Amino acid sequence: MSLKRKAAAIGIAEVKPWKEPPPDLTPLKLMAQLTAQVLDDAGLEKKDLDGFLVGMPFADPGMLYPASACEVLGINPRMLNVVDIGGATPAGMIWRAAAAIDAGMCRAVLCIVADLNKLGDQRVPVVSVQREFESPYGNIGANCGYAMIAHRHMYEYGTKPEQMAKIAVDQRTNALRNPLATFNDKPLTIEDVLNSRMIVDPLHLFEIVSPCSGGAAVIVASPEIAKRAKNPPVWLLGAGEYSNHASITYAPSLTDSPIKPAADLAFEMAGVERKDIDLVCPYDCYTITVLITLEDAGFCKKGQGGPFVMEHNLTYAGDFPCNTHGGQLSFGQPGLGGGMSHVTEAIRQLMGRGDQRQVRNAALAYVNGNGGIMSEQVSLILERRA
Amino acid sequence: MSEYTKPLPRPTATSRPFWDAAKRHELMLQRCRVCNRFIYYPRDRCPNCLSDRLEWQKVSGRGTLYSYTIVRRAATRSFADKPYVLAIVELDEGPRMTTNLEAPVDHIKIGMPVVAYFDDVTPDHTLVKFRPA
Repeated sequence: MSLKRKAAAIGIAEVKPWKEPPPDLTPLKLMAQLTAQVLDDAGLEKKDLDGFLVGMPFADPGMLYPASACEVLGINPRMLNVVDIGGATPAGMIWRAAAAIDAGMCRAVLCIVADLNKLGDQRVPVVSVQREFESPYGNIGANCGYAMIAHRHMYEYGTKPEQMAKIAVDQRTNALRNPLATFNDKPLTIEDVLNSRMIVDPLHLFEIVSPCSGGAAVIVASPEIAKRAKNPPVWLLGAGEYSNHASITYAPSLTDSPIKPAADLAFEMAGVERKDIDLVCPYDCYTITVLITLEDAGFCKKGQGGPFVMEHNLTYAGDFPCNTHGGQLSFGQPGLGGGMSHVTEAIRQLMGRGDQRQVRNAALAYVNGNGGIMSEQVSLILERRA
Repeated sequence: MSEYTKPLPRPTATSRPFWDAAKRHELMLQRCRVCNRFIYYPRDRCPNCLSDRLEWQKVSGRGTLYSYTIVRRAATRSFADKPYVLAIVELDEGPRMTTNLEAPVDHIKIGMPVVAYFDDVTPDHTLVKFRPA
């Protein structure tokens, strides 16, 4: 089975992330705003939506979440689900929406995430591997795992701190042309990154995402709807998903990620080559995440991510445009909206709506969503047909 | 002595033999009788072959440092008192463990041999940590 050109993204909505959100903002309130925006962008009416995929907000989690959200939004879906694969959730929504459309279950699926940077009442399992075998040693939060990945990559391949820093620098150049980015007021240099505070060796402050509040939405629609849509449709050409661990300690390797099988599946379905891709939007919770994604997705040889990012210009005007919205490192990480920012940026570019940062003649984009500590991976290939 | 405020393991029926052994200053792992693999963390069935024929075996406590980080800014207050070395150790028997490494920072090298020691953090809780062999 293939999802090649079985569905297309026809509308996007995104808000500028807040470091301090308005006091009366809630995830559901933001979802309502995003739903109105994305319908307007797609030129659809609310009654046209018949599928609903949502990410669970950390700030307001709850059981039976999709029906509650749909009731608030006045949507009567033929399919409704929480997608719960961490930062890979938004990319994972896109192919799930396409699969539902291809199966004839839906015609227009709303994929939506919104969150505030605060913790609601979490339902952490009392019996939990994390609590028993990780937390007592201080393996808490995502920073530690990615730092250990980065150290191991440096050990195995000789990767250097300045090579990782270069990713944050080029992405910042992109962010300077994105009015929605959180950090878009001044450029960064490699020295700035390496002189920023060491948080978890070898990762510096400017190599780590900044949590904030916000959200985004995408409508994925059937070919019939896409053909009469307001925007140029952006077709799903290929998709792949894979996971092989939860805690990085028990992953088969710290440096060979499950991105490889996910990306291989996506490229195989799409029937395109790596060299055909016009821009990449890899999940970038940390600089090392991008470096490993470029290797495992096959854009360079394994272990050569460091030299590769030094040899290429990753900006919107460069020879290898990467995270042209600034990546989450400069855009900010509004919960799952951070992962969605890679999806919306690829769609925006392929629709030709990149404004001051438009990649010239962008027709094919690679997107990767990454959950947990390099755990859940979703690769997408998106296409604007000439 | 000041109170220990960091998170503590809460053993389950499955994991209790591991933590009881740690209290005796022994490192014990499950081993699958069907596929012979050592298992960490403790499971009800072998994650390789799903057999429930698991037995506990005392192991050497020897391994190598697979990776590490020095956590200078901790994610939670309980670990914020001072930087610590979080590590992944690959045991000679195969499995990897999340742990802490007690070593001078400038002596730490990935691939170095390490050996387990037992840190009695409270009268009821012993954590398995490592130092250079």
